[in-house]
Amino acid sequence: MNAPEKFLAGSKAQPAVGSPRIHDSARAHVAGSAVYIDDIPEVKGTLHAAPILSNVARGKLLGVDPRAALQMEGVKGVVLAQDIPGDPILATFVHDEPIFARDTVEYLGQVVGVVVAETVMQARRAARKVQLRIEALPAIVDVREAVQAQSFVLPPVTVRRGDPEQGIAQAPHRLAGSLDIGGQEHFYLEGQVGYALPLEQDNWWIYSSTQHPGEVQHWVAHALGLENHAVNVECRRMGGGFGGKETQAGHIAVWAALAAHKFKRPVKLRLDRDDDFMVTGKRHPFAYDYEVGFDDDGRVLGLKLMLAANCGFSADLSGPVADRAVFHVDNAYFLSDVEIVSYRCRTNVQSHTAFRGFGGPQGMIVMEAILGDIGRALGKDALDVRKANLYGVTERNVTHYQMTVEDNILEPLIARLEQNARYRARREEIARWNAQSPVIKRGLALTPVKFGISFTATFFNQAGALVHVYGDGSVQVNHGGTEMGQGLHTKVLQLVADELGVPCEKVRVSATDTSKVPNASATAASSGTDLNGRAAQFAARQVRQRLAEYVAEKQHCKPEQVIFAHGQVSGPDAVMTWEQLVDDAYHSRVQLWSDGFYKTPKIHYDKKTLTGRPFYYFSYGAACTEVAIDTLTGENRVLKVDILHDVGTSINPAIDLGQIEGGFIQGMGWLTTEQLVWNDKGYLATHAPSTYKIPATGDVPEHFRIELWPEPNREDNVGGSKAVGEPPFMLAISVWEALRDAAASARADGKVRMDAPATAENVLRALK
Amino acid sequence: MEAKTIRLVRRGELVSLANVPPDRTLLEVLREDLGATGTKEGCGEGDCGACTVVVAEPHEGSLRYQAINSCIRLAHSVDGMALWTVEDLVADDGSLHPAQEAMVQAHGSQCGFCTPGFVMSLFGMYQNHVCKGGTITRELAQEELSGNLCRCTGYRPILDAAAQMAKLPRVAVDEAAILAQLDQLAAKRGQVPASGTYLDPRSLPELLQLRALHPGAQLVAGCTDVGLWITKLHQQYRQVLDVTRVEELRRVEHYDNHIAIGAAASLTDAFEALVAQRPQLKTFANRFAGLPVRNSGTLGGNVANGSPIGDSMPLLIALGAHVVLLSVRGHRELPLEAFYTGYRKNVLAPDEVVAWIKVPRPQPGELLRAYKISKRYDDDISAVCLVVAMHLRDGVVAQVGIGAGGVAATPARALQTEAVLRGQPWTLETAQKATAALRSEFQPISDMRASSSYRSEVLGNLMQRFWLESQGHEQINLESFRLVEAATP
Repeated sequence: MNAPEKFLAGSKAQPAVGSPRIHDSARAHVAGSAVYIDDIPEVKGTLHAAPILSNVARGKLLGVDPRAALQMEGVKGVVLAQDIPGDPILATFVHDEPIFARDTVEYLGQVVGVVVAETVMQARRAARKVQLRIEALPAIVDVREAVQAQSFVLPPVTVRRGDPEQGIAQAPHRLAGSLDIGGQEHFYLEGQVGYALPLEQDNWWIYSSTQHPGEVQHWVAHALGLENHAVNVECRRMGGGFGGKETQAGHIAVWAALAAHKFKRPVKLRLDRDDDFMVTGKRHPFAYDYEVGFDDDGRVLGLKLMLAANCGFSADLSGPVADRAVFHVDNAYFLSDVEIVSYRCRTNVQSHTAFRGFGGPQGMIVMEAILGDIGRALGKDALDVRKANLYGVTERNVTHYQMTVEDNILEPLIARLEQNARYRARREEIARWNAQSPVIKRGLALTPVKFGISFTATFFNQAGALVHVYGDGSVQVNHGGTEMGQGLHTKVLQLVADELGVPCEKVRVSATDTSKVPNASATAASSGTDLNGRAAQFAARQVRQRLAEYVAEKQHCKPEQVIFAHGQVSGPDAVMTWEQLVDDAYHSRVQLWSDGFYKTPKIHYDKKTLTGRPFYYFSYGAACTEVAIDTLTGENRVLKVDILHDVGTSINPAIDLGQIEGGFIQGMGWLTTEQLVWNDKGYLATHAPSTYKIPATGDVPEHFRIELWPEPNREDNVGGSKAVGEPPFMLAISVWEALRDAAASARADGKVRMDAPATAENVLRALK
Repeated sequence: MEAKTIRLVRRGELVSLANVPPDRTLLEVLREDLGATGTKEGCGEGDCGACTVVVAEPHEGSLRYQAINSCIRLAHSVDGMALWTVEDLVADDGSLHPAQEAMVQAHGSQCGFCTPGFVMSLFGMYQNHVCKGGTITRELAQEELSGNLCRCTGYRPILDAAAQMAKLPRVAVDEAAILAQLDQLAAKRGQVPASGTYLDPRSLPELLQLRALHPGAQLVAGCTDVGLWITKLHQQYRQVLDVTRVEELRRVEHYDNHIAIGAAASLTDAFEALVAQRPQLKTFANRFAGLPVRNSGTLGGNVANGSPIGDSMPLLIALGAHVVLLSVRGHRELPLEAFYTGYRKNVLAPDEVVAWIKVPRPQPGELLRAYKISKRYDDDISAVCLVVAMHLRDGVVAQVGIGAGGVAATPARALQTEAVLRGQPWTLETAQKATAALRSEFQPISDMRASSSYRSEVLGNLMQRFWLESQGHEQINLESFRLVEAATP
C-alpha cells in the first residue's frame, strides 16, 4: 500500500485493502441483474442440447438408436462420438476419458452423445428416447472391492519415513481400525452450463461457467481439431464452483461446441440438476485402514495407514487429489515413523474430481479420528492427545514429505481458542449432563487445521493480469482468475485501487477472458488472490511507475517522491487529481496500461519421491464444536461453534468471514447430512436436492463465533494475507469428532466406529 | 381447445400472456417469454428456492402475499394475481428494496445465484410481518427461509439481513392500486368455458361438471408434485383441471366435532388450522417441506397423491381423519387409510375429486406426538414418520390412533399395534409391547433415505420416546432441546 501517513492525517478515508468492502456484484446479485450464462440473451438461431446417458454402470456399447428421438417435435439431431472432428479423447492430463462413450460405457450416467433441439425441454425429452444397446459387464462400485481387484486409475503411491513397524511394535499401546468417509456433491446452485458460438473462419466464442477458462479453451480446441488461438472462452461469474467447475465444466463446453460444429448454429447446454448429479464427478469417497502405536501421553510412535480414494472411472484430477490427501494426513501433527499407502481406485461411478480441500479433508480426518480413538483408549481428553502430537517450532517440525514447517502458530492458536471457548469448563458441564441424561448425549471437540497453500503442481503457481487506465482515469482490470462467489474480483479491485491511489469506484474488474490473459491456471487451491492479486498489483504498479516518472520529469524530482493516494497525485511542486494526471499523460503519449506477472517463490517438489517444499506457506485454524445426539434415533444437532482462524492480514474481512463461515457449514454438510448413495448397480440414488441434503438455514447454530488470528503472513504474500478458500472447510472435522465424542459417552466401552456422514442411521449404528 | 390468456399485475401494470400451453411453468414464462432472467432455476423441483417469486391475492380487503417456487408452478395458476420477481423490487430510480439493501449490507450474497430467491422470500416476510408491525426473530427467519438453499454463505449473513431489513426505511406496496387492478382482472374473467386447455373453475358445481366432462384432464392443485412430473419425468399435459380456485375448497370450516379442511386449502393454511387446535404440531408442520412448497401445495393434493413418505397422512390417520369425495353423482366419505389401495393408488373415480378432509377436534386429555426422522432437520422427506394419538381413561388406553410413514407402500395405520394397546394399562410394559408390535407390523424397504432395519428399529424407539414423553420427561427430544448453560463470563 502506498498511501502515506501524511495523507491519512485528517482524512477519514482509509485504503481499500483491509476494509470490509461489499462484493463487487452484490447490488447486481440482489437486483437480479447479475448475468449468468443462461441469462445471456440468446443469439438468433440458438439450439439447445441435452445429454444421452448410459443406464448401465459398465458394458459393451453395441448400438445407439436415435430414431424415436429424431421424430420428436423440434429435434434437430444427435451428436455422437463419430461426429467429433478432432481427438475423440478429452485433452485431460492423463488422456483417459472419451468425449462420448464409444465401444464401452464405464458408469451409469456416462454421456454417450447429445440430442439437439429447438428448446431445452424438447432436447431433454428426446434424449430419454434414445435407445442404447448395452451388454452389461460386471462393475465395481465399492472402493474396497476395487483395492481387492487392484483396479486403479493411477499406480499406488507410498510415502515412508523412519521405521513405523518398529515404532508400533515397541509402543506401549496399539490400536488398529478402519473408516469409510463418503463423498460430496458440490451442489453449486448454478448447474453446469456452456454456450458455444461458431464465429467466422473457424473461430469460436465459448461462454462457460468454469473455474478454468484456459483449460476449456484447450479442450474445445483439441476436440474440434483446432489450435488454441481459434477458441476464446469467457466467464463473468459462476453461480458457485467449489472445485466442481475446475475440470467438469470442460465437458459441457466441449459437448456444446461439438453440437454447434455439427449443426453450424450456436448451441447451449445447460444440465438439468438430476443429470448434473448423474454425470459429473464429486468429492472422492475414501476408505482407510490403520495401525498405530503410541505412548502413555498419546504421542504417536508409529503409524501405518492405507488410504483408498474412490476415483471413479477415469483419472481426472485424482492423482493430485490423492497426493494432497497424503500430504495432509499429518494435519497439525508430527509423525516420526510413518508409512502411508495411497490407492487411486478405478470404479464404475462418476469420475471424482476437485472439491474444496482437494483431498486435504480426506487426509486430515483419518488422523483426527486416530487421535480421538487414542484419547478414548487412554481415558484422556482428546485435546491433550492432539496437543501432545503437535508440530514443534524448532524440532519435530519436518513433515513426512520433508518440508520444514516454518510458520507454526498451532500452540498459541489452540491455547487461545481453548480459553475463549471455555473448553475445559464445558467438558465438565457436558460430562455432568451426560451422566444424568437418559436419551440426549452431548459431545465436544476442538480440532486444528494446518493446510498447505500452493498448487502441488509447481508450474500452476503463476498468474497474469492486465490493468488498463482509460483516458478519463477509469481503470479496468483483467486477470486470469475466475469469480465463483469467493470475492476474488473484489479483493483484486481493492488491491489495484490502493496501488494507484484511487477510490475503488474508479476500478472495475472485467470478465475472465482467454483472449486477455493466456494460459491462466485454474482458480483453485485457495490461491486465487495470492496469484492474481499479486499479478494485478504488479500490473498497476508498472502503470503507476510510468506516471510517477512522467510527474518526476515535470517536477524535477525523483519518481519515489510522487505520491498516489485518495484520487490525487502529488509531487514536491504540485498536487493534481488522478484524472488530470491521466489526461496529461495520455496527451504526452505515456503508456497507460500494463501487464503483470507473478510466480510463487521458494516452492519445489519432486513428483517421484513426493518430497520437497510443495507449499509456500500454511494456513492455520481451529474450531471448537459442541453437538447433541439422540440415542433413540441417532438424530443429531450442532449446538455451538467457536472458530479461531488465520487469514494473515485480511484484505477484506467481510469476504474472509464469509469464506470461513461458508466453508465450515459446507464441511459440516459433508460430515452430517450429505449422503451420496449408490446402489449395487452403480445407480446414484441421491441425485437431486429432494434426496441429497445440503445444510439449510435451520442447521446453523445460533452460537457461531469466528475470530481472526491477528498476525500477518510470515511469508511475503499479497497484502500480508493468507489464502482462505479451502482451509476453513476442514474446521468442520470438529463436528464429526464431537459427534463421536457424544456417541462414546453412550457406549460402555467408550469405543466408536462411526462412518461419515453422520446421518441419524450412522450415529445410531455407532452406538451399538 | 384454446389456451386462455393469462392476466396478471406486475410492476403496477397489467400483463397479458396469450397462447401459453397448460403445462408451461411460471419460471419458463418468466425467463423465456418475458426475459425476466433474474429468477433462477437451481433444481427444477422446488427444493432449492432459487426460483422463488411472490404472488398476492386479495384476502379480506387487503393483499395476502406468498412466496412460491416458480419452477414447478404452472404459469396459468397465477392468472388474476399480482406477481413480483426480484427485478420488480428495484424502484424506478434504481434504489433497492429493504430486502435487497439488507442483503447487500449484511454481505448476504457470494456467488449470487440463490440470492434472488432469498430476496423474494425476504420480501414475502417483509410484507407479511414487517409491514404488519411484526418483528423478525431468528426462529421466524429460519422458518420462512426454510425453502431456500445457499451453498456459499453458511446462512449467518442472510439471517442477519432478515433482521436488518426491518430497521431500514419502510418501503410500501401500493395495495389499493393493486387491489383495484386485481378487481379489474376478476371482472374481465367471466364464465369458465366448458372446454379449454387450462380449466380453473371458481365454484364446486363448476369443478364437478368439468371433472365429469373431462376425466382425461390432469387434475392439479398446488402442483408441488405434478410440477415435477413435468420438469423431471417430462410429462406433457394437453388439458389441466386446476382445483385451487374453487372458493368452497379453499376454506377451513369449523364444526362441533371436527374441522373440514377444503382440499384446495394450502398446506400453510391447513397446518395453521391443525396447529390452532393442537399447538404441539407446530414444529412438525414447519418441518413439512419448505415454506414456498407449503404455500403452493395443498393438503388435498398431498392426500390424493398418497405418497408413502408424505407427512400429512400419518398425522391425519392417527387423528382419525376422513376424506370426503365428490362427483356429479354425489358424495362419499371414508377413513383416510381406506382411501389408498396401493403404491400411489387410491379409490378415486375418474369423475371424482377429493373435496374435504375432516379432522376430529381434540378431546380433553389427548396425548399426541408427531415424530419425523429425516437426514436434514428442515425441508426434508421423512425416512420414518410416526404419529401417535392416545386417550387414557383411568390410566388405561381407551382410544389410540397410530399413523406411520416410510414403512409401507402407502401411508399406513398401525392396526396391530393399536390393538395391542387398546384396553391396556398405560405402563412401561405396555409401551414395550407396543414397541415390539410396531417393529413387527411393517416390513419397510431399504432406500437412499434409510435401511429397512433402521426404519424398523427407530419405529419402535419412537414408541419408547412417546412413552417417556407421556411420563413427563423433558429434554429427551432434539426437536425441542435447548442448550441451557452457565452464563459465559
